[in-house]
Amino acid sequence: MKRSGVTQLALMLSPVVVTLLFATLILLAAGANPLEAFGNILAGAFGSAKKWGDIAVVMVPLALCAAGMLVTFAAGLWNIGVEGQIVAGALAATWVALGVQGPPWLILPLTLLAGAAGGAVLGVVIGALRTWGRVNEIFAGLGMNFVMVALTNYLIFGPWRPPDGATMSGTEPFPLAARMPMIGSSRASLVSIGLAVAALFIVYFLLRDTHWGLRLKAIGLNSAAAARMGINTHREMIVAFVVCGLMAGIAGSLQTTAVYFRLIPQVSGGYGYLSQLVVLLSGLRAVAVPLIVFFFGAVQVGSPRLELRMQLDSSLGGILQASMVLFFFLIKGWRQRLADRKERNA
Amino acid sequence: MKIELVNIHKRYGAVVANEGVNLTIAAGEIRGLLGENGAGKTTLMRILSGYTFADAGRILLDGVEHHPSSPADAIRVGVGMLHQDPMDVPQLSVLDNFGLGQSGGLYRRRRPMLASLEHLCQRFGFKLDPEAVVGSLTVGERQQLELARLLALGARTIILDEPTTGISAPQKALLFDALKHLAQEGLSVVFVSHKLDEVQSLCDSVTVLRKGRNVGELEAPFDADGLVHLMFGQQLPAGARPVVPIDGGALEVRQLSVRDHRLSLDGVDLHVRRGEVLGLAGLEGSGQQLLMQAIAGIVRPRAGSILLGTEDLAGRPYGAFRDRGVALVPAARLEEGMIPGLSLREHFALCHHCGHGLVLDWPAADSLTREQIAAFHIVGQPLTAVDKLSGGNQQRALLALLPAELTVLLLEHPTRGLDVSSAQWIWSNLLARRERGTALIFTSTDLDELLQYSDRIMVFSGGRVSAPVDAPTVTVQELGYLIGGRGL
Repeated sequence: MKRSGVTQLALMLSPVVVTLLFATLILLAAGANPLEAFGNILAGAFGSAKKWGDIAVVMVPLALCAAGMLVTFAAGLWNIGVEGQIVAGALAATWVALGVQGPPWLILPLTLLAGAAGGAVLGVVIGALRTWGRVNEIFAGLGMNFVMVALTNYLIFGPWRPPDGATMSGTEPFPLAARMPMIGSSRASLVSIGLAVAALFIVYFLLRDTHWGLRLKAIGLNSAAAARMGINTHREMIVAFVVCGLMAGIAGSLQTTAVYFRLIPQVSGGYGYLSQLVVLLSGLRAVAVPLIVFFFGAVQVGSPRLELRMQLDSSLGGILQASMVLFFFLIKGWRQRLADRKERNA
Repeated sequence: MKIELVNIHKRYGAVVANEGVNLTIAAGEIRGLLGENGAGKTTLMRILSGYTFADAGRILLDGVEHHPSSPADAIRVGVGMLHQDPMDVPQLSVLDNFGLGQSGGLYRRRRPMLASLEHLCQRFGFKLDPEAVVGSLTVGERQQLELARLLALGARTIILDEPTTGISAPQKALLFDALKHLAQEGLSVVFVSHKLDEVQSLCDSVTVLRKGRNVGELEAPFDADGLVHLMFGQQLPAGARPVVPIDGGALEVRQLSVRDHRLSLDGVDLHVRRGEVLGLAGLEGSGQQLLMQAIAGIVRPRAGSILLGTEDLAGRPYGAFRDRGVALVPAARLEEGMIPGLSLREHFALCHHCGHGLVLDWPAADSLTREQIAAFHIVGQPLTAVDKLSGGNQQRALLALLPAELTVLLLEHPTRGLDVSSAQWIWSNLLARRERGTALIFTSTDLDELLQYSDRIMVFSGGRVSAPVDAPTVTVQELGYLIGGRGL
C-alpha cells in the first residue's frame, strides 16, 4: 500500500494530536485553562538558554538506555533490567570516584569504564538467568532492579556513608577530579551528549550492517529457526544484554559524575522505565529516538512550571508521556484491524 | 444419535479436502473412517465437530439440521471429538480438566464433579487420580480423561482421530471395550484410523475416503485386500529412474532409540549409502519425523549410535551434525526453516556469511541473492520478506539456502502443498544433489512420490519401523499393508 508523504506524516502525528486532546480534557476537568497550561510547559522547557541544558540532562540517559534497549528488543528480549543496569553503572562509578585518587583525565575515563563494566556484569547475570536458568527476562530484570536498589541503600547507609552521618541525600560529594566539565554555566556536559550520540550511531550500525545485528534480528523473529541455522542463540542473547548493559552502565556512571556529583538513592531517576516507552514509540528504529527523547525531555523540564504558576500538579508531564505511548499503540492496533478487515473482504 | 452428512464440500484455497461426501451413521453404530493422509477424513470430522465449516452441504443430527458453529456448540448438541494430540490443559489437575467446558454458575462445585468423574472411571475401568497433574499422565490416560469429559458434557456421538497412536496395548483394549459399551447404549462412534486390524476388530462398518471423495462403504466382516485397494487405488507405473552409482556408506544408524512425548522408536538399524534416496512412508506422526530429527542432531537419542563415516555423533550437539554436512529441510517452513519478517537477502546473508569479520557486505549479499533467485527460479526480489513468498517459492528458497555440499540431506514432505511443476522442479534439484553423492532421506505420505523417487522405502506405523524394502519391486498393495500395521 503506497501512501503520499502528507498522509504518512498525518498518521505519524495522529497520536500526538490525540494525546493533546486527551490532556485538554483532563485540564478542563481540573478546571484549568488548557492553553495556559500548554503555554506554561513550553515556557518552562524553552524559556531560557539554561533550560536547553536541563533538557539535555534528561535526554542523555534516555538516549543511552534506549540505544541499549534497541539491541535487546531486536533479539526479542524485553530488558526491564535496564533500570538496574543504570544503578550498577552508578555504583561502579561511585566506587572509582570515592576510592581512587588522581587527576581528572584518569579518574573520569575510569568512572565511565567502571560504569560500563557494572552494567555489563548485570547484563551477564540477566542473560544467564534467561538462557541457562530459563527465567523469563522480565522477571530476571525486575528482580535485579530490586536487588540493585537495595544494594544502593545498603552502600549509602553503610560502607559509603558520609563521615558526618548517613542521610537520604546520598554519599558525600565527589572530589572535583571525578566531576565532568559542564558547558558554560549550564547543567549539560559535552562528554555526556557526545557519548549518547555515539551510542545511537553505534547501535544503528550494529543492527543494520553487522552479522551480529542480523543474527539478533533472526533470533528475535524466530529463535527456533535461527537455532536450526546454526546460530548460538543463548550466546547472542547474553551478548545483547551485555551490550545494553554497557550503555545503561555509562548512563548510570554519568548520573553520578555529571548530574548529581554523588551517589543518591534514586540515582536511576526512573530513566530505565521511561526509556522503554521511548523505544516502543520509536518502533525500534534508532533514527526516531532523538526526536522522542527530546519531546520527553522538554515535557519533563517544562511541567514543573505548572505547579509554580498554576498550582497544578506537575505529574501532567508524566500523563502526557505515558498517554502518548498508549495512543500510539491504540492507533497502530486500530489501523492493523482495519487492514486485516480489508484483506478479509478482498 | 443418528448422524447424516449430505454432500459436504470443503476447499482450502486450491486444495480440495472434501468433494461431495455423504456419510450416514446410525445410532449405536461404530463406523470406521479410513483413507490415506490428505484423503479428507480429518476435515470431514472437523466439520462435524464444529472446528471448521463446510463450504456446502447439510448436517443432520437425529434428523434435525444443525451446523455446529464451534466445538462448544457441537458438544451442546451432543457431538464430541477426541483429537490425536490431547487437547487438554497439562498444567491443571485431572479434576480441573474434567470440569472444563461444564456450564454452571460462578462457583465451581467440586464434589458432584468428583463423583461424576469417579463414576465414569469405574464404569470403564479407567484409573485416574483426580489430583494428578495432567501433564504427568500418559497419552492413553489423557485420552481416557478426555473421553470421560466429553461423556460428562453429554456427548452422544464420539469421534476419535487416530486414537491408538502412542497408547499401550492394555489401554487400547480398555478403550475398545468402552467404545463397544457406549455403542450398545445407543451412542454412535466414528473411528478415524489407518490400522486395518483395529478397524476389523472394532468397527461395524467402514467408509473409505480417497482424494476427498467417498469411494466405498463396507459392512463387517471386512476383507483386508478390498480395504487396501479402496484406500490406495491402483499402482501407477513407476517412472524411469536415472541410474546413479550408489557407493560407499554415508550414514549408519545402529540400535537407535529415540522418543518424544507421544511416541518411542526403538532399536532402529539403518545403513544409507552415498547417492541413495531413502523414502520414509507411513501416516504422519508414526515416527518418521522423530528419526529424521535424531539423524539431524535436533533430538538427542536415548541410546544407540549415529555414524557419519566412522564417527559416532549420537549425543553430540546440533552444530556437530551441521559441520559434517547433515541438513534437515523442515515441513514447517516458516516455523522451523526460515524467519518470517526477514527478506530473502537477509536470509542469504545469514546462511552464507557475506563479508568479512564483523561487517556485512550488503552488495555481495545482494548479488548472491540475485544469482540464487535465478538459479532456483524463485519468484521474488532480494528484499521480499520470505513470509510473502508462495509455498513453492519458500521451498525453493530453503533449498537455495542449503550448503552446496552435503553428506546427508533430510527432507520432511519436500513437495507437500506444491503444484505439480514446482514438485517436479524440486525433485530435479534434489536428484542433482544425489548425483554429487548426497544421501537423501525424505518423508512423504504420497505413495506415488515414494515409489517414483526412492531407492528403498522404510514404513513407519505407530512407532514401529519396517526393514527397508526395495522400491522398484514393492507394490502399492504391500506398502498399504505395512502402513496399516500388518507385517511389522
